[in-house]
Amino acid sequence: MNWEAFWLTVRLAAIVSMLLLAIGIPVAYWVTYSRWRWKFLIEAAVALPIVLPPTVLGFYVLVALGSRSPLGRWWESLTGHTLAFTFEGLVVGSLLYSLPFAVQPFAASFGAVDSSLLRASASLGQSPLQTFRRIVLPLSKAGLVTGFALSFAHTLGEFGVVLMVGGNIPGVTRTISIDIYDQVQTANYSSANQTALVLLIISFVVLSIVYGLNRRPWTVGPWR
Amino acid sequence: MSKLLALLLVFTGAFTTGQEITVAAAADMSAALPQLVEAYTKKTGQTVKLSFGASGNLTNQIRNGAPFDVFFSADEQYPNQLISEGLASKDTLYRYAVGRLVLWVPGDSPLDLSKLGIQALLDRSVKKISIANPATAPYGRAAEAALRHFGIYDQVSSRLVLGESVSQAAQFVESGNAQAGLIALSHALAPAMKDKGRYWTVPLDAYPTLNQAAVVLSKSKQQDATRKFLDFLRSPEATSLLSSYGFSLPAEQH
Repeated sequence: MNWEAFWLTVRLAAIVSMLLLAIGIPVAYWVTYSRWRWKFLIEAAVALPIVLPPTVLGFYVLVALGSRSPLGRWWESLTGHTLAFTFEGLVVGSLLYSLPFAVQPFAASFGAVDSSLLRASASLGQSPLQTFRRIVLPLSKAGLVTGFALSFAHTLGEFGVVLMVGGNIPGVTRTISIDIYDQVQTANYSSANQTALVLLIISFVVLSIVYGLNRRPWTVGPWR
Repeated sequence: MSKLLALLLVFTGAFTTGQEITVAAAADMSAALPQLVEAYTKKTGQTVKLSFGASGNLTNQIRNGAPFDVFFSADEQYPNQLISEGLASKDTLYRYAVGRLVLWVPGDSPLDLSKLGIQALLDRSVKKISIANPATAPYGRAAEAALRHFGIYDQVSSRLVLGESVSQAAQFVESGNAQAGLIALSHALAPAMKDKGRYWTVPLDAYPTLNQAAVVLSKSKQQDATRKFLDFLRSPEATSLLSSYGFSLPAEQH
């Protein structure tokens, strides 16, 4: 079990899911309440990482954000190095990779808030932002936790993007999934087994939290 | 229904796999081998499918039952391991080439490789150096050995980035994300990279010789066809193509 890779991955997933909480809430707010007729294009763009292979994201991070592109050069002049092969590079890649896993649960829970509550709040003189903060957000707690947990778990299991842009540097970009890959490729099955089991258990626990939170114990099903 | 079944068979390749040879080949062969295969297919009608990867990864896949007929490694160690495990036949072991390691920099690099040689890696402009992963790629081990040979390993080790194979190491430096790379000469000479950068050939005494060996796998159902393909590699036509990619011929054969 490679603990360095393990904690690196946990740190990556924690940073990414917290950033996605900050980025995802405004994006989900806009997606939920905007009446712009081309809104569906933004929704489609947000959902892209669900269907795009991670190799496409990895390729873009490597080439479009590489030292030959204007964006990459700007980043280089700012920080002195390219995005590839750095922890920040993995954060950027993972933000793109896990974006829909945060935004979609957020938007779904915002949209599920009873609109009569929003009208009541408005009639009592609250601004839209205040209504959002004091009515919508508290009522969307389960959706926020779901989005946070899903983006955490999704980043934990990220492989393709990291394989393409990470450069497999111990302590910097060698995540747990890359470590498992290396262990398997060098036929260290017992080590791969241990690490895989830890990842399996964590993923199961995280998903159990998500589904546990979202269960509706009082649902009356047709089978009752 | 029968039409549907036929369609399914076509898609799953059930009609074509019978006669094909499937080759697992070291990543450094990714430019030369397709050309060899093209010449061979034109000559004999025999179709050959190619899979590339780090030799260690391919060895592991073969151990786990990958359906390859022949394995072109970038060293001798992996084929010998497969032979000792009974997964490949010893009498077919053939050293088809000697691989060369080069230091490669992109065309826009300020480094004068002919003057600096390996010392170019100590230049401040070199922030990342790409090599293949030494755990699975013979070229990665060669790169590490060369850095130690020149006594600069400790100075550069924090700047090393590991490609999953020597092809990815080449891609890292070709795309400019790494400023220098220790890669295969065959990649430096391949059309995709030839005009994009400069290289310095690492002297042969700096790393254990990359005696690249091929071996026919025991599980192959195409033993004869595969051996014929290996024979073709001994032909002047094949060896001259290999040498155009920077491979030299092994000094002695067994």
